[in-house]
Amino acid sequence: MAWMAWTTPTAIFFLVIAALLITFTILAIKFPETPRVGILRIETTRGDRLFITLLGSAFINLIWLGLEVGPQPYALLACLVYAAAVFRWV
Amino acid sequence: MNKTVNQKAWFLVLPVLLLVAFSAVIPLMTVVNYSVQDTFGNNQFFWAGLEWFEQMLASERMWDALWRQLTFSAIILAIEVPLGIFVALNMPKRGFWASFCLVLMSLPLLIPWNVVGTIWQIFGRVDIGLLGYTLDKLGISYNYTQDLLAAWVTVIVMDVWHWTSLVALLAYAGLQSIPDAYYQAAKIDQASRWAVFRYIELPKMAGVLMIAILLRFMDSFMIYTEPFVVTGGGPGNATTFLSIDLVKMALGQFDLGPAAAFSIMYFLVILLISWVFYTVMTNLDKRDGV
Repeated sequence: MAWMAWTTPTAIFFLVIAALLITFTILAIKFPETPRVGILRIETTRGDRLFITLLGSAFINLIWLGLEVGPQPYALLACLVYAAAVFRWV
Repeated sequence: MNKTVNQKAWFLVLPVLLLVAFSAVIPLMTVVNYSVQDTFGNNQFFWAGLEWFEQMLASERMWDALWRQLTFSAIILAIEVPLGIFVALNMPKRGFWASFCLVLMSLPLLIPWNVVGTIWQIFGRVDIGLLGYTLDKLGISYNYTQDLLAAWVTVIVMDVWHWTSLVALLAYAGLQSIPDAYYQAAKIDQASRWAVFRYIELPKMAGVLMIAILLRFMDSFMIYTEPFVVTGGGPGNATTFLSIDLVKMALGQFDLGPAAAFSIMYFLVILLISWVFYTVMTNLDKRDGV
């Protein structure tokens, strides 16, 4: 695995993503997903909303970094707010 | 009879999962690892944090390449999609000529990218190429190695030549699937040719056209070989698209960190646009009840 040049932060990053995927898979098995139409006027399931959250979070982090909004960890807070909004309204 | 729920079939997906893991997921993870580190070779890495991302986001070079890329994709979509539809509408519907046209249209799609590049590279040369020579004799100044406009026109015409067939074939398949009853109804209503196109053919082609647009967008957004062979990204950086720039950075300069940060952002943009296309496509299908 040395050739993959692992670091602790990137390992944590991927573990969090993997944990999210596993959690949502278990959730989908226990409580089957029912699609609904939100403010984007498209049908989304719980998994779709997770995808929108993750992809959006990546862009929030990049914008935060590019525009030098503030210290990077705060971008994660913005992402959490965004995630809550996506799961509530999208 | 009650159906029993059995999810064991999912295990059949395992081989594909393994294949994708080795060909895509693991390399992608490695790229993420590279993007936060610096290396001087020898497989030794040093923590760099978000430095490369900051550098790339502030880099004019990347933004220029991105705008060039978006401009290129927009131009070729704006040409290939209407042209493809036009060709499909005018192709014979059945008989010998239908098959003949299908074969003829598929020919450019069978030619490998680097060969297409070489063909156009020679075709456009002023000394030995038919196109370059003719234009030169006609008194039109055309030199794709030095003139920005000529280089762009060559690369765009080349892509149109190579890929319009794909749009045309997909649109043709969409047209073929429209039952005759629709046309008969239109005839009874004395609908004009435009009305037939606007209210019957276009809506019925919407699904395949979305696929065509998605495929053409993705391919043009990742284009590398053809412009690389023809112009090498020049003159200057005029046709240095994202992937050409990325390869220069990663392999030419061996700047693995910045190149990794660059490719992650590249990947995110593709992922976002593909998701938008996919969502629009599936929602169109649902609306039509397909």
